[in-house]
This record gives sequence, C-alpha cells and structure tokens, in this order.
Amino acid sequence: MLFLVAAKCLFVVVLVVGVCVPLLAWVDRKQSALMQDRIGGNRAAIGGVTLIGLFHPLADFVKLLTKEDVVPAGANRVLHALAPIIAVVPAIAALAVIPYGGVYTFGRSTVSLVAADIDWGVLYIFALGSIATYGAVLAGWSSNNNWSLLGGVRAAAQMISYEVTMGLSIVGIFMVFGTLKLTDMAAAQDSTIRIMGFVEVFGWILPEWASRFPFTLPNWGIVLQPLGFVMFLTCSMARNKRPPFDLPEAGSELVAGYLTEYSGMRYGLFRLAELVEIAVIAGLMTSLFLGGWTVPWLSTDRIIGAIAPLLGEAFANVVCLLAQVAMFIAKVVGMIWLQMLIRWSLPRFRYDQLMNLCWKVLLPLSIANIFATAGVLLLLGEVG
Amino acid sequence: MTIEVVLFYALAALAVFGALAMLLFVREVVASAMGLAVTMVSLAGIYLLLEAHLIAALQIIVYAGAILVLFLFVIMLFDPNNDDFDRADPPQIAIKVAGIAAALMLGVAIAGVVSAGLPDAGELPEGFGGFRDIGLQLFTAYVIPVEAAGLLLLAAMVGAVVLAKQRID
Repeated sequence: MLFLVAAKCLFVVVLVVGVCVPLLAWVDRKQSALMQDRIGGNRAAIGGVTLIGLFHPLADFVKLLTKEDVVPAGANRVLHALAPIIAVVPAIAALAVIPYGGVYTFGRSTVSLVAADIDWGVLYIFALGSIATYGAVLAGWSSNNNWSLLGGVRAAAQMISYEVTMGLSIVGIFMVFGTLKLTDMAAAQDSTIRIMGFVEVFGWILPEWASRFPFTLPNWGIVLQPLGFVMFLTCSMARNKRPPFDLPEAGSELVAGYLTEYSGMRYGLFRLAELVEIAVIAGLMTSLFLGGWTVPWLSTDRIIGAIAPLLGEAFANVVCLLAQVAMFIAKVVGMIWLQMLIRWSLPRFRYDQLMNLCWKVLLPLSIANIFATAGVLLLLGEVG
Repeated sequence: MTIEVVLFYALAALAVFGALAMLLFVREVVASAMGLAVTMVSLAGIYLLLEAHLIAALQIIVYAGAILVLFLFVIMLFDPNNDDFDRADPPQIAIKVAGIAAALMLGVAIAGVVSAGLPDAGELPEGFGGFRDIGLQLFTAYVIPVEAAGLLLLAAMVGAVVLAKQRID
C-alpha cells in the first residue's frame, strides 16, 4: 500500500518536474520566438545534434547549478535562502491531490490513480497556494533592495486579492457537483447531458423534432459553469504571477521585482515553481472543468462494457486506464497551451487595472455566478 | 507511541517554538511575523490530527495565507527599522506593570482550569469535522450567529473604509 502511494507520487513528480517543466522551458523560448517571428534558442547541442533546441533546458539547468549564488550585502540571509524553497515546495505538493486517472479493478485489487484522495482536495490546493505567497513576499523583503521590496509588496497585494475571487469563482462548481473531492468531481463528469434536456425539467413540451434531437454534451464543468471557467483561469494565472499578471516582477519597471537579487539555482527554484504551477493550474482546471480523466461521450462503463465481453475484464481495465490517462494528459497539455498563448499574447496590466479587474469585475461576477447557480439548482429541485 | 502521538508532540513543540520566536525577534519584525506563521501552520497540523479538515484548511488559508500576509504587507509599507519611524517605547514601569498583570491573569486562568476542570466537550459523531458536517451545522442550527457575525464584519469593513477615506480626502 505504502509502495503504491510512493509509486504514484514518484510518477507525478517525475512526469511534471522531470518531463513537463523542461518542455515548458523549451516551449517558453520557442513559442515566443514563433509568435515574434524569431528562431529561438537553437544552439545548445550534444555532439552536433541540436534537436530543435530541446537541449536548452538541460543547458539552463547546468548553468543555474554552477553559477555563483550571490547574496546581497545587508540581506536577511536566512529568509533570503528560505524564500525560494517556500515558493517551490507548495507548488510540487499540490500535485498530490490531482487525479490523473479513475479507479480500476485488477482481479481483487483496485487502483485509484491519485496520490492522496482527500475529501478537501480543492481546499488543500488553496491552502498550499496561500503558503506559496510567502515565497515571493519574503524574497522581496529579504533582498534589501528597493525594487525587490516593491515587487514583494505588489506580490502580497495581488496574490491576496486574487485568492478571494479564485475561491468564489469555483463555488458554483462545488454546488453543481456537490463535492470538494477532486476524484469525485472528475467521476461526476463521466457522463453526458442532453442539450435539450433542461427544457423538459420545466415541464415544457418540446416540438417533435427537438425531442428527437440526439446531441449530447459531456457533463463537464465548462459546460455547466462557463463563466466559472474563465474567472478561475484568470485568477489562477494572476496567482501564478506570470505575464500578463507579472507585476511583482515587471521587467520594464522593477528590474526583476522580487527576483532581482536572486541568482543561480535559487533563481532557478522560483522559475521551477512558476512552471510547476502552470502544470498544477492545468491539472486543476482539467479536473474541475474539463472532465478530468474522462473520455468525452465514452464513459468508463461504456469503454469497459464494450471491451470486457470480447477480451476479458482485466484487459478492458488496462485499455480504459491507458485511454483515460492519455486523455488526462492531452487535456492538461491543452490547458498549458492556452496559458502559454495568453502569456505571449497580452501586454502586462497596469497596477490599477489589475486591482480593478479583481475587485470590480471578477468579484461581483463571481458572486452573481453563485446566485445564478443557486437559483437554477433550486428551480431544478436539486437542493435537498 | 503511535505515529499520531509523535506527530502531535512534534507539532506542539513547533507551535510553541514559533510563538517564542515571535516574541524573541520582536525587533526583527518580519522574522517575528514568520514565527507567528510557524505557530499557525503547526496548529493547522494539530487540527488535521483531530480530523478537523475544514478548520485546518481555513487556519492556513485565512490566518497564515491572508491575515498574516496582510501583516507583512503593512510591515513592508511602513519599514519599522527605518530611523524615521517614531519608535516611542513605553516607560519601563508600564512594561513591568503590564507584564505582571498578564502573568497574573494567565496564572488565574490556569488555576481556574486546573481546579474546576474543563467542561465536557460533548459527544461528536464518528468522523465529524469535514466541511459537509460543519457547513450543515452553520447553515441550520447556527444560521443566526453566522449572519450576525457577517453583519458585524461588514460594519467593521465599512467603518475602516470610511476612516481611511477621511485621511485621503
């Protein structure tokens, strides 16, 4: 049992930190180059092979490890050293509760593809996120540098503000699926809804042609809570301090904000935290809004039901597992692509725009979303 | 000793350590605030051992994640190590009187608890402490206190905005 948990943790961490993050570093270079009509990093080579720049993350890593770790005079040495660790640990720990597959039966044993299947999964991620705030804030404070300090102050205000709206924006999802557990949330999306179905609930009679309308949509969060999807994506990107929300870093105003006095691998850890956080956001968005590991229109029962009579229960479970894990990874890649696209498309917000967006647009919208969701649930008679 | 007991003593020691650090580093304001953070996170760990998942999560999200970060925010805005900062230390006699009074109060409280014993905490159903149980209680049996507390906080917030607005205008 302990072995299984360790294996799952290892799988997730190796997949994200070992595969996803280097690829993201590469995508960061290459996508920006593509969008700005450049070539992008293509010189790092092993024995003359460049592999379209894929060795650059490796070269970056070696460079960061071997560079001098400069600590500015007058810095608070302890906090300066702790800040990158406080930033990176919560990002990696958040991976534990994201389910990357369903529950599969092999003979007498069942396997649930999530490292920690806890009741309060979403709250766990929020709690870790609020600890990660300290990373940026302490980095800004401990560096003994005005630009860093300004970056830290900005980070504190920005991350607290967006934490509020981030929580409120997904209350609608909690109401619809009635759970905070990410595995239950994904499992609840393993079905379909008829597009015309809502009309019948109100007792209206559909015309003949419409009642035969066969189209169904997957029962996904994005279908039920489209506004929640947009708001949650905005808030989580703002929490992650990446462009267009990179005001704590703001290269054109604050040198590099809270990162100014960091070098070598301590700087690398902050970057690592950001890239891991991209993967965490993608995984969380997938679990909440894009059906998690479910294959659209092909529920687990249908997959197993189709294969099991022909090739046996165990084989059907293996196929189902592979298909669903692949589906999950595909969705996560899609969400990462979306974040990268936004990151390289939009210019940085001004600080007042950032705060107005949070408190005057997203906060009222998310509260309205909660009320609308509650109203619809009440009408549908789903409030017990 | 089971793993829970070991974890409990470790977390309790960490909580006390954080509280002491908060007092000892009172001149290093940020370090002092971090001591408070250590105490809060350790308390969350103790709540987790009690299977009070909701309170553990709220302890971190609200106290460690929001309130304390706001403390840090204020500390950074008004750098207290700056010489311009008017550090008006209270007179020595006042510090001594306050210290003795606090020690007396603590002594009376401890003596009261030891002599009278703690009231019975009441029976809780097995596994109580999840957000569903507490949420149901809050919005059925305790709905009026919850709403009253909400109203009070709203009033405090409006008051704070009014006071701050006067300074700006």
